[in-house]
Amino acid sequence: MSPPAPRRPGHEVVQGRAPRPGFVLEVDRSTPSTLFHHGEGFRLERLPVGSRIVYPSEAVPVLRHPEEAIRQALLQPVGQDPLPAQLFPGMKLTIAFDDVSLPLPKMRRPDIRQRVIEAVLDLAAEAGVDDVHLIAALALHRRMTEAELRHAVGDRVYDAFAPHGLLYNHDAEDPDNLTLVGHTELGEEVEINKRAAESDLLVYVNINLVSMDGGHKSTATGLSSYRSLRHHHNVKTMQHSRSFMDQHRSELHSSNWRMGKVLRDAGLKVFQIETTLNNDTFPKPFDFLQKREWEWSARDRMAFVAATSGLDRMSNRMKRNLFQSIEAPHDMTGVVAGEIEAVHAITTAKVFEQQLVPVSGQADVVTMGLPYISPYNVHSIMNPILVACLGLGYFFNMYRGKPLVREGGVVILSHPTPWEFHPVHHPSYIDFFEQVLADTTDPVEIEKRYEASFAEDEWYRHLYRTSYAYHGVHPFYMWYWCAHALQHVGAVIIVGGDPRAVRRLGFRPASTLPDALEMAEDTVGRDPSITHTHAPPLYMADVS
Amino acid sequence: MKALRFERSLPRFAAARVAGALAPGRGARPGPLRLADIDPPFVDAPGWVRVRPRLAGICGSDLATVDATSSRWFEPVVSFPFVPGHEVVGDLDDGTRVVLQPVLGCAARGIDPPCDRCAGGQVGQCLNITFGHLEPGLQTGYCTDTGGGWSIALTAHHSQLHRVPDDLDDEAAVLVEPTACAIRGAGKVPAGAGVVAVIGAGTLGLATIAALRHLPGELPTTVVAAAKHPEQRSFARSLGADLVVEPDELARAVRRTTGSMAVGDGSIDRLAGGADVTIDCVGSEATLAQALAVTAPGGRIVLVGMPGQVDVDLTPLWQRELELVGAYAYGTERHDGPGAGRPTFELAFDLVRAAGLGRLLSATYPLDRYADAIAHAAEAGRRGAVKIAFDLRNERERNR
Repeated sequence: MSPPAPRRPGHEVVQGRAPRPGFVLEVDRSTPSTLFHHGEGFRLERLPVGSRIVYPSEAVPVLRHPEEAIRQALLQPVGQDPLPAQLFPGMKLTIAFDDVSLPLPKMRRPDIRQRVIEAVLDLAAEAGVDDVHLIAALALHRRMTEAELRHAVGDRVYDAFAPHGLLYNHDAEDPDNLTLVGHTELGEEVEINKRAAESDLLVYVNINLVSMDGGHKSTATGLSSYRSLRHHHNVKTMQHSRSFMDQHRSELHSSNWRMGKVLRDAGLKVFQIETTLNNDTFPKPFDFLQKREWEWSARDRMAFVAATSGLDRMSNRMKRNLFQSIEAPHDMTGVVAGEIEAVHAITTAKVFEQQLVPVSGQADVVTMGLPYISPYNVHSIMNPILVACLGLGYFFNMYRGKPLVREGGVVILSHPTPWEFHPVHHPSYIDFFEQVLADTTDPVEIEKRYEASFAEDEWYRHLYRTSYAYHGVHPFYMWYWCAHALQHVGAVIIVGGDPRAVRRLGFRPASTLPDALEMAEDTVGRDPSITHTHAPPLYMADVS
Repeated sequence: MKALRFERSLPRFAAARVAGALAPGRGARPGPLRLADIDPPFVDAPGWVRVRPRLAGICGSDLATVDATSSRWFEPVVSFPFVPGHEVVGDLDDGTRVVLQPVLGCAARGIDPPCDRCAGGQVGQCLNITFGHLEPGLQTGYCTDTGGGWSIALTAHHSQLHRVPDDLDDEAAVLVEPTACAIRGAGKVPAGAGVVAVIGAGTLGLATIAALRHLPGELPTTVVAAAKHPEQRSFARSLGADLVVEPDELARAVRRTTGSMAVGDGSIDRLAGGADVTIDCVGSEATLAQALAVTAPGGRIVLVGMPGQVDVDLTPLWQRELELVGAYAYGTERHDGPGAGRPTFELAFDLVRAAGLGRLLSATYPLDRYADAIAHAAEAGRRGAVKIAFDLRNERERNR
């Protein structure tokens, strides 16, 4: 495990019982049933005796005075002059911030971004800076709505900037507002938001939910265009990232770091602010979801029964509205500002402090209960492509060292996987699912034969720019995110999913977990070793 | 002789309509169709010969007749009682195998000189289908004088007969007539068409796809097919459709293929552009509305499937200046589309052979099991089948 980040001025934490670290439980006869997330619902499953369950660590302490910690971070950055020293009248200041895909679930107000942005704006005002733009760095994600922007930056900031056109969503398809900054030594084009590129200072406000977030990826991805993104959002990169959550073994990061160097060499000054969260993910009455089952109180058990029986009576739409309204109680555990790489090293250690769980050895079969949310269905529908991406893209890649499942092993996902799409948010996903996956599920073939036509489709472009649609190419990226897992595993089984949708993904449907485990034996043989990944709350397996 | 005969009986029509509404094809038992012992048909005029059917197909118009859902348009152009069956391969008395071209034009009706349509080779557009020495009947299979294919014997005029080449087996030959209908539709695709959408993948739809990929002449660049059932989708792909989708995916598929914009915020209300030509091989309200929604302004919709009475908003036809054209029967393909200048039946023989359309015949039944046969035909797609036919080859009476 990485050493904890050094304590910094203003970073006193709330004291209390020391959080218990994550650990691996071996299932025996006395082990109670195990909670599996299952979309907008849950299942209790009995895992075979001898199976392992990886539990995340408990929530680490949060900062006692977050506003003060932020101010201290701005005044005492790492590797750069204090922020006030970099601000001057007449300068162009741009503040970019992470979009609606972070954090998950959305956090209670005030959002971290609001706290940080208000602190930066206070300093800018003190320095007499009056040319300030705020940009939601959404790359090829959908635009944020007014309500989402207000939630992220707060009403005060929104009302001060948005009506004047100074707070807006990045547009990766606006040729007039993109700048080709240069090329990496490998010929990768580095094209970013023109306002950001032409600013005297770019302040980037991150929420580092997982170790993939932040670093040079913030600007090189968040403020870039398809022309630039395609150099690292592709099958080859994903298959050569082991995993993309481990910066030092991630081709995704290598490419972004090369691009970051181009930006730096071109004179772009970035003041990077990275923040970390604890994993206090679910508010009452869903807080039982982050407890270990044998520690459930009578109230937790009642909450579980009430939740499941209530959910059983609800329509999918009602369930979705209920879950999407969840605001997580998670709060800041750290904030660091300054030079990108120095900041990111500290932040990554902080993320690992919360998330890293040592696991000894791989398993033949890994089971995952997938929740209702992924980075790309906030206020939206978790369509089958996003189910695949959450399981095989994100959860599979939450490892350092080796994947939790052995090569040729089986991943069993639990999710309803409805054949359902949000037409406004995911129009190109529908076509990808209906036409591309009906033809082939091979990421290499898909990239070769279909990507360009989706990426350059004028209707998708129109919807991305004027409505709230993900970019036409986005479903491809979701599929590429699965590429490492698809290359590594022998089979994927989805429990409780719509069989038609599951088959369209190229996976095998199973009605129950025992059925799925029996089916898995076709691939890995009898009496396989089984590991269940008990998330969320999120953790990262440090597999030796 | 044994025959399935359709009689004029209002109570039975009503019963067929009710049964057919419950489940397609179920009008066979309570309806006006009866297995009967009747006199062989005979037309006392020069050029008429006996044909003993070997295989006789069941088509969509037959099913509409059996379930009493056909348009009343046909009432004056049929004569009761009649023996259905117009997709026929059979034997002449001298043993020659023939395929029947069922339209009863001027030559068959003894009208000389023929109308200008028949004279021009467009027998399907004959102006005299209720006149001459035959009772009314637009085709064999709807005329009381001629009999039809669902029997031991029918009578046909030599102008209706096409010798079957030895290398074509009965199973392929029985597909020639519906293939000719499909070619008629494909023939209305103008040269230079880019994207053609084909709605429906029963026999007509699949044969249309084959026509758009095999006929001589300038073929469209891309064929997008909407097929409801997995087996149909598989056939559509193997016959050359470039993109095959489920029916409710058609608008998105056409939009993607044509690079068109669409009206609707992610869902597609309608396409701004669309297919150059849409061929509707179903002919329902829903498919016609779909065709109107996916055809580009100035484009053409070809109705190959028999539509009946439908309630469709024709505003897009007007606003987008679409052409709506029918494609019925056969003649000489004289448009600038595929197969121009050649008789439809001649093209159909070639196409059946080139595309291997004999594989579309999924099952055959003896006449005695007509209700099962019709039920199978009515649910062919759902049951993984395409063409269902009666097999008369083993009927004892026929071989006496």
